[in-house]
Amino acid sequence: MATPAELRLEGLQVGRLEPVDLRLGPGITTLHGPSGSGKTLFLRALADLEPHAGRAWLDGREQAALPAHLWRRRVMLVPAEAHWWGERVGDHFARRDDRLLEALGLPVAAWGWSPARLSSGERQRLALARALVLEPRALLLDEPTANLDAHSRERLEDLVQDYRTARNAIVLWVSHDPEQRARLGGTQLALRPSGQGFALHVEAA
Amino acid sequence: MDLIHLGPLDLGLAAALVLMLAALSLYLGLGVERRLLLAALRSLIQLGLLGLVLKTLFAQTHPLPIFALTGVMLAVAAWEVRARQRHRFRGPWGIGIGALSMFVSSFSVTLLALVVVIRPTPWYAPQYLIPFLGMLLGNTMSGIAIGLESLTRQACDLRPVLEDRLALGHPWQQVIAPLRREAMRAGLIPIINAMSVAGVVSLPGMMTGQILAGSPPMEAAKYQLLILFLIAAGTGFGAAAALWVASRRLFDGRERLRLDRLDGV
Repeated sequence: MATPAELRLEGLQVGRLEPVDLRLGPGITTLHGPSGSGKTLFLRALADLEPHAGRAWLDGREQAALPAHLWRRRVMLVPAEAHWWGERVGDHFARRDDRLLEALGLPVAAWGWSPARLSSGERQRLALARALVLEPRALLLDEPTANLDAHSRERLEDLVQDYRTARNAIVLWVSHDPEQRARLGGTQLALRPSGQGFALHVEAA
Repeated sequence: MDLIHLGPLDLGLAAALVLMLAALSLYLGLGVERRLLLAALRSLIQLGLLGLVLKTLFAQTHPLPIFALTGVMLAVAAWEVRARQRHRFRGPWGIGIGALSMFVSSFSVTLLALVVVIRPTPWYAPQYLIPFLGMLLGNTMSGIAIGLESLTRQACDLRPVLEDRLALGHPWQQVIAPLRREAMRAGLIPIINAMSVAGVVSLPGMMTGQILAGSPPMEAAKYQLLILFLIAAGTGFGAAAALWVASRRLFDGRERLRLDRLDGV
């Protein structure tokens, strides 16, 4: 079993968000807050996709000390809406894992599908899958079940739970749904108005 | 060699054709008459001035005014590259990328042609240096302008895809490579087309000029070939240099896509 992942932030500051000091351990942490509070920006800063102040460490290695693309391989953002560049779905995967597709309720034939013909729900599940095959240590999910029906949502939640347990990985999950947050368990983080901007609060453990 | 001199009436006839075209554009509402006349006026003034400047320049061999003119040509070409971009790089990069890549390609290829191939004395003799550099700058300018425009337009259009690939941990070089290939292709197509049809469909400008001025056709053909090859090399290396610097500039040290470094995004 992999060693427990640890993501540590010191004075991380982006957009209108006040500096964040935080330590995330293995397991699921959820994040919510009003729209425009900077949830996506915060995730992008964690993945170093957005210029930001402050420092971050993953498993004791500092963000600035790793080439950015290697950091993103370990701290991986799955955007709310994924985009596709290849002709076939399979072109976007470092490794074709048939069991992963099945776990998401998709047929193996999906490797050969054209991305242009995917439904929004299929796109969302495949976006998670193409990140999971890269086995990141920290998974940043931006409303990953927004376009899914109850059944697909449950499957995706189970899959992420299995992944974080098996890999001892960190999952930071943006969710608007209080029931989902309770179901996922773990620490709940919230962005709340503070002065001119927003501040990160720990709501429940 | 017989040189048939052009009189004011001959030029006036050609100019009248351009005026007629402008009138047609006005009549049909094509909306290009202003730009057409302005460009024609610009060429009239610029070529007239160049004729005067070259006349003075050819009469002496002091290098300083010659190099000063090449500097002016480069600056104007760099400005023109910048003017043709919809999404310009902010700050000095906007003009710097074009100037640097044209300097590297046009100047070095001209230098090579003069010092190794033509070998005039002195090597900077303006009768050779200025026309060579002019042809090279004019063509590399187009190639670089088209290439840069293609790169920045694609980067803006494909931003979500580029961001997703970065998020998946792809290095920036890998993410920009397909865009750079396409931009390179776009920049090189004009000169590739020109070489493909040279002598069959089109009689290139320089050869036409030489033949009209009384040179033997075979000599004119050899010069034209030299020019075509030099232009192809200059355009290719110039576009490659410009696209390399520009694509590097689209990302920062942390491999983030920085479209905020472009105007009009």
